Amino acid sequence: MTKLPSVGQPVSRLEGRQKVTGSAKYAGEYNVPNLLYGYVVNSTITKGKITAIDTAAAKALKGVEAIFTHQNRPSTAWFDMQYADMDAPPGTVFKPLHDNKIKFNGQPIALVVAEDFETARYAASLIKFEYEEEAFITGLIPNLDKAHEPKKGLATMLKPPPPPPTGDFEKAYNSAPVKVAAQYTHATEHHNPLEMYASTVVYEGKGKLTIYDKTQGTINSQLFVANVFGLHFKDVRVLSPFVGGGFGSGLRPQYQLFMAVMASLELKRNVRVTLDRAQMFTFGHRPQTIQNLKFAADAEGNVTAMNHTGVGETSSYEDYAEILVSWSHMLYPAKNTLFEYDLVSLDLPTPIDMRAPGGVSGMHAIECMMDELAYELKMDPLQLRLKNYSETDPSTGKPFTSKALKQCYLEAAEKFGWNERNPEPGSMQRGNKLVGYGMATGIWDAYQFPARVKAILTKEGKLILHNATTDIGTGTMTVMTQIAADEIGLQLEDITFDYGDSKKPFSMFQGGSAITASTGAAIVAVVKELKKKILKKARGIDGSPFKGIKDEDIIFKDGAIALKSDTNLALSFKDVMALIKEPEIKAKKMAGPDILKLKNYSKATHSASFVEVEVDKELGTITVTRAVTAVAAGRIINPKTARSQVLGSMIWGISKALHEETILDENLGKYMNANLGEYHIPVHADIHELDVIFADEKDELINELGIKGVGEIGLVAMPAAIANAIYHATGKRINTLPIHFDKLL
Amino acid sequence: METNNTHTTSLRVNGTDYRLDVLPWVSLLDALREKLDLTGTKKGCDHGQCGACTVLVDGKRVLSCLTLAVMKDGSDVTTIEGIAKNQELHPLQKAFIEHDAFQCGYCTPGQICSGIGMLKEGKAHTREEVAELMSGNLCRCGASKGIIDALMEVKEGGGYE
Amino acid sequence: MNNFAYAKATNAAQAIEQLNGNTQNKIVAGGTNINDLLKYFVTQADKLVDINPFIDNHAITPLENGGVRLGALVTNADTAYNPVIESKYPLLSKAILAGASAQIRNMATNGGNLNQRTRCYYFYDVNTPCNKREPGSGCSAIKGYNRIHAILGQSENCIAVFPSDMCVALAALNATVNITGPDGDRVLAFADYHRLPGDTPHIDNNLKHGEIITGIDLPAKGFEKNYSYLKLRDRASYSFALVSVATGLDLDGTIINEARIALGGVAHKPWRVTAAEDFLKGKEATQDNFAAAADIILQGAQGYEYNNFKIPLAKRAIIRNGMMALNPDSQRPGAQPSL
Repeated sequence: MTKLPSVGQPVSRLEGRQKVTGSAKYAGEYNVPNLLYGYVVNSTITKGKITAIDTAAAKALKGVEAIFTHQNRPSTAWFDMQYADMDAPPGTVFKPLHDNKIKFNGQPIALVVAEDFETARYAASLIKFEYEEEAFITGLIPNLDKAHEPKKGLATMLKPPPPPPTGDFEKAYNSAPVKVAAQYTHATEHHNPLEMYASTVVYEGKGKLTIYDKTQGTINSQLFVANVFGLHFKDVRVLSPFVGGGFGSGLRPQYQLFMAVMASLELKRNVRVTLDRAQMFTFGHRPQTIQNLKFAADAEGNVTAMNHTGVGETSSYEDYAEILVSWSHMLYPAKNTLFEYDLVSLDLPTPIDMRAPGGVSGMHAIECMMDELAYELKMDPLQLRLKNYSETDPSTGKPFTSKALKQCYLEAAEKFGWNERNPEPGSMQRGNKLVGYGMATGIWDAYQFPARVKAILTKEGKLILHNATTDIGTGTMTVMTQIAADEIGLQLEDITFDYGDSKKPFSMFQGGSAITASTGAAIVAVVKELKKKILKKARGIDGSPFKGIKDEDIIFKDGAIALKSDTNLALSFKDVMALIKEPEIKAKKMAGPDILKLKNYSKATHSASFVEVEVDKELGTITVTRAVTAVAAGRIINPKTARSQVLGSMIWGISKALHEETILDENLGKYMNANLGEYHIPVHADIHELDVIFADEKDELINELGIKGVGEIGLVAMPAAIANAIYHATGKRINTLPIHFDKLL
Repeated sequence: METNNTHTTSLRVNGTDYRLDVLPWVSLLDALREKLDLTGTKKGCDHGQCGACTVLVDGKRVLSCLTLAVMKDGSDVTTIEGIAKNQELHPLQKAFIEHDAFQCGYCTPGQICSGIGMLKEGKAHTREEVAELMSGNLCRCGASKGIIDALMEVKEGGGYE
Repeated sequence: MNNFAYAKATNAAQAIEQLNGNTQNKIVAGGTNINDLLKYFVTQADKLVDINPFIDNHAITPLENGGVRLGALVTNADTAYNPVIESKYPLLSKAILAGASAQIRNMATNGGNLNQRTRCYYFYDVNTPCNKREPGSGCSAIKGYNRIHAILGQSENCIAVFPSDMCVALAALNATVNITGPDGDRVLAFADYHRLPGDTPHIDNNLKHGEIITGIDLPAKGFEKNYSYLKLRDRASYSFALVSVATGLDLDGTIINEARIALGGVAHKPWRVTAAEDFLKGKEATQDNFAAAADIILQGAQGYEYNNFKIPLAKRAIIRNGMMALNPDSQRPGAQPSL
């Protein structure tokens, strides 16, 4: 038995047992009867046309059931709109096997379906394509002259363009006593969740499908399949109970879903398509970016002018945008600002949001620029942040719903021992190692999407909740159960949160650190509604002790309805159900952000990271020996799972700063390290002391639960803090990420 | 050259004896997942670069993705499904839950099998050595701290095989 | 992976018979490299001949000359943790433990380690030109992304590097390779086993098709007092060397009687320059002398757009590892830099 309130307790993940015993099943693990295996074939050229296809050798293999290419694919929806998923950027959506045109290297161009995986893979290698190649461009920097303003569309609502200029940047910058300028470049990154994309499609007959899909949005996949294949919405059921990581890559349906559904409908068979690791590099990534910043301050250290221009990469067919350059003015009250953001269209797949998209790349540049400014001012970097601290949002003039960033700075600095820092670069040493301390600020949006939840009280007096959301490792199932437990007064064991199923009531895809606030708010709303219904029924029972008692004098506690004044006078849910002789009591409720109220406020999560690095004096090798990140994200439902989210994000920060990059060969127009051996993410041996602090931030405005979300904020400040620590250790500003150790030789 | 020479391969998996007729090109990983429906062993890369497919073969941790099933004829294989005994979780499984040593859970079976193999090898004494000898198991969610914490606790507490 | 046949062999004669002179019949032992190459279609096979059932070659045994024989089929892990190797040849032990991961070391064999193929990105991608994979098709790496590539001994046909750590130590230790084949047994000095790419980058080593490594002999001298293996790479573990150094020193006080220095990650084979070792003979074990030796070793080094850093890095690594060898207890897991 856990004690209530559950919210705020470090409850271990409720699905833990399934995950540590191997019984948790992921999309590609449903071994349904008579399953066919699909293997995708990808383009080996970067741009051009397919002129001929020879499938004879592949077809001749025993066990090959079918081969689909653009020449023989079954007819699907014709219009772009029908392919557009909930996260589609403005432009023309990519349609797999649509025609003979090649838009990027690795584009899926065929599907082999066979009786077993090995045969499908082998057959895929035997299909011969002839191409007519065209000239292509894939490098961002050589093509900056082709930059254009991002197209606008539905997605622009969540990702508004940079705000208009304020004051007169040029004049203020030119006349400022202290100024800094620098350019920052970021490599391409791929999400690389450890589970590879897979869809197992169960053919139920008569245009009905049950699909186990790897996705961050069951309803998004359901909509896509129904629209593209002209099926009834209700005949397509998408299940994703366990998702082996997403990090944004599952915000859009990926092509294995299209392929598996197409084959299943055409062959009237159960079909599974799983991508391989190289194919995981063919459907979206964090874009290359290049950013130019100029900041100026007066002699006292007040930031007076900020210019941030950024260019990102997109595909030739969609305009994927990030919020890259708008962040500094949500933090620092400079009067003169100029922000610009453009895109270059390249012959690559469309990028897709990757953990803290835009924010982590933009804030790396901003917070390194602030560090340079601090040195120029001969001011402590933390003091510069505090000097320019703003309780309101300078970019809008509105107050924040809450902002405990100052506590983040102070608590993390204290825990880290920031005051032991000698500001002189290269001044701190440990044996053969230079030691550097660096810090940086993080900021991220606090989203809430509409969500609907159905609640059922069973005749056993237990609560079942239904919502379509996924749990991509975030602890969603656990925190939702905790929220419900407190609201209805039941033990966690007596509550089932039933999720990961498109048949359940609406949830947006799981992204933007929004699901806890979104589905959480709907749970509160629906349980309140359910309690009303339970109480009404309870009052109707013969001899009910609650007749004539006001709602506010009644509490729901320990699985029972009770009088506040005398909790011994109680009726358990189970007894209520027995007495009313009904199988269940149901309620359904939608919740969403209070837009009218929130329009008067800015909303954001904040963080501060403090990092110690050791750099080998002669060899340049870099170790992040310690890091402390303090996060202000409103109320923390579960400090254990939330801490894991932040720790994981901090490791992502180490990875972005020092390790991961997708290597683009611009001669060949393709990624060369499309595997986990050469795409380096940190191993256990790279990870040392990491600490997380949650600032006490009460937010009574943001939503009823005071929740802001913790999935991304822990990442945002880390890369700049690491780069700043490396500067402090070595006196070298390395503005290109990742920072390979040889740059310090 | 095409061949349809299946080989009868005997495997004892988690204490149960199986006889499989497999072609040589079937990896031990695919044999476990597709033929025996033991999907707890994960495919994270299929190329020996992530450790998610780690199982214990004759007591040693190996990568099932780079192992051909035919080459393990007569071997004793333990997968994640065979780690808990009679519903009682192995101390390392318990420690993983307690330390929140996973998020999405996809690398977890490999981490646990590798961790059990590592503890049995007895070559890691310090936290740094444990981290090094567990570095063949990637975790994209970034649960490294919890994973090493869990391993250190079990290593120091004993009570593991 | 194509659909290949499979056969077991219990001795070399059976294996040779199974190989049957067909170059598309290949040997499998640990399988950690060939199974991967097959999956990527970098190689295809008509038949895999499994030599694990060999009755011999599974042991580490003392030799009459005071040396030790490593059976070709002993795993890398069993070799690294063998008490004799740990005490007499700790340089080899450290080098092995710096390679791959614990799981892979539990599978990979000593013979297989010598025969593993390069990790060049372009070699692994069957859709790009590569002279090693497809002779005459060109080298994509020379003008491509060549961070991991060679600075020594390369040719205009190939700038791939040999990825082994174990072999760097074996080179430093003057090991010899015992080979059996259709024409009988032969022994190759370690320096003669691997080849430079020249005009034949598709041939990695001098093992002929049909031949099998049965063992590797270590001479008596193990440099167990002063040795160090240093590996520099893009993460702390589980990645290939950008530069690695194996150093063994035989000291008389602070004077060097004999030095061995081999580099990994810089060439198509473990790189050793005996002139540098001769230079160190009779000299003090100092940073300056290691630096001078490094200059000799790196003579003629040539970098490319993305790997020029390897030249200064290799020099600094040689110096550091010389100093680490004076204090072998300072060595850290994963052969990370110490001191």
